Amino acid sequence: MLIDEETTIVSHEAAGPGYRFLVVAAPKLAAALAPGQFVHVKVPSLESSALRRPFSVFDADPAAGTVTVMYKIVGRGTAALAREVPGGKVMVLGPLGHGFPVACTGTPLLVGGGYGVAPLHFLATRLVAAGHKPILFVGGRTKDDLLALDRFAALGVDVRTATNDGSAGAKGFVTDPLDDALIELRQTGGAFELFTCGPDGLLKAVAQRAVGTGRPGWISMDRHMVCGVGGCFACIQKIKLPNGEVYNARCCVNGPVFAAADIVW
Amino acid sequence: MDLSVNLGGLKMRTPVATASGTFGYGPEYVGALDYAQLGAVTVKGVRLDPWPGNPMPRHVEVVGGLVNAIGLQGPGVEAFVEYYVPNYVETVAAAYGTDNVPPMIVNIWGGSVEEYAAVAKRLSEAAAVAGSPIGAVEMNVSCPNVKEGGHTFGQDPAVLEKVVSAVRGAVKLPLIVKLAPNVPDFRPYVAACEAGGADALALINTIPAMVIDIETRRPVLGNRTGGLSGRCVHPVAVKAVYDVHRCTKLPILAMGGVYEAKDAIELILAGATAVAVGTATFTDPGAAARVAAGIADYCGRHGVAAVKDLIGTVEST
Repeated sequence: MLIDEETTIVSHEAAGPGYRFLVVAAPKLAAALAPGQFVHVKVPSLESSALRRPFSVFDADPAAGTVTVMYKIVGRGTAALAREVPGGKVMVLGPLGHGFPVACTGTPLLVGGGYGVAPLHFLATRLVAAGHKPILFVGGRTKDDLLALDRFAALGVDVRTATNDGSAGAKGFVTDPLDDALIELRQTGGAFELFTCGPDGLLKAVAQRAVGTGRPGWISMDRHMVCGVGGCFACIQKIKLPNGEVYNARCCVNGPVFAAADIVW
Repeated sequence: MDLSVNLGGLKMRTPVATASGTFGYGPEYVGALDYAQLGAVTVKGVRLDPWPGNPMPRHVEVVGGLVNAIGLQGPGVEAFVEYYVPNYVETVAAAYGTDNVPPMIVNIWGGSVEEYAAVAKRLSEAAAVAGSPIGAVEMNVSCPNVKEGGHTFGQDPAVLEKVVSAVRGAVKLPLIVKLAPNVPDFRPYVAACEAGGADALALINTIPAMVIDIETRRPVLGNRTGGLSGRCVHPVAVKAVYDVHRCTKLPILAMGGVYEAKDAIELILAGATAVAVGTATFTDPGAAARVAAGIADYCGRHGVAAVKDLIGTVEST
């Protein structure tokens, strides 16, 4: 059941250069959201017919009644949203889509690129609460793209970083420290599951590793969306059905999280 | 206050429906919209066999509107009847009660006259099952995004009459024909729909449109071109409804940039019996219910006892 909640901005702060944390008081959504789901936000200062903007949920705290999204300022919608201040009202639609399964077998390996760490943070809060010890692998072009590391560290998550320019962590790609961990797990025979969100190139690389190791991989796809609820068919992704047929799944309702083995790249 | 209308045999509780292509197969907005305020829901276009639709990107936002080229993706009529129709009834009834499941207008299309008729025949059978929500068929003969997706049928009045007549022969349900706005003169098309046996007309479909990325010098949409909808098309819809109403007695289901009650009332004054809310739902999922409530408020303020008394009452002198 959808909730279109009138929320109040509690805080709106920088999450890095060009990135923001938006925290809203949204008690209904905070109680209903699950990791990997997203919300559809009506940007108040855009023209009244402007489409909503979809954002992954960084955190949902049922006790505090707050929902946090982390976003990058990429266009006129996010630029307008970034000017909103605490106390303002924002319509937020959710909970949307199918998120990450949290009944993880083995070590959760979370792989994020840029603001793709947002849903992984929400996931980490629930995994940690369930007694798991997740490892976060996070990459970016420079250290400025490594976001919210302190928030993961505060949860007790083991964070391993890589940047293309070597300004933080290992120089190279996030798949480098990930591959090191996969080799170690193969040697010890440890079970694991992969969870990822980020640019398509990263998603594909992680999906290949899940399929290659025969372990579950959960891929969160980032797509431009219109309705966010399955009404318009604008955000499709080719997905393999159990019978081998391929169909155009709607990322918003059939995803945004898909099993790695089902995605047709 | 009587908000009920009769759209060519389809009894609607309020004069507000949802528009095809913006409302999935019906249950998608449960929770965010009060379905009890809807006169009908119109579902995504259905053809005989599954259809993959167009390549991505399928949409681009423009100021005041949206250009889309979804390309009529769908599961085919059999899966629609077997899964989507019962799922609609169950989901909406569970949330709002069995008395508040709006009748479903099924939008159909095809690649041939025979296919249109075959889809209509299957829907006719499905509608005969006790408890079926299927209340009407809306023929799409005007989609700008699929070559054989009806547009060709809607451009030639002789072909249009043939396909409407074929569907008429296959279905007893109220038959609505959805027209394109981009014709120089509606009269031959309206006449073809009347001769073919249509019960009502729907207008407007999206307006052919295109957006180019000036950095890459390539069209933005995967299909290169698309259809424009949203607030900016509303005056085009008002003019189209006004013109069509003056040349036919067929009731009109009007859509095109309905965001507020005033948009709907304009269309009703121009000649519409009912309106459909489409692109507005993307921005405000509760828009259709808000429009219905606003129409009731308008009627109250203007001493109008029944909304049907407003149809086509614009002063033209």
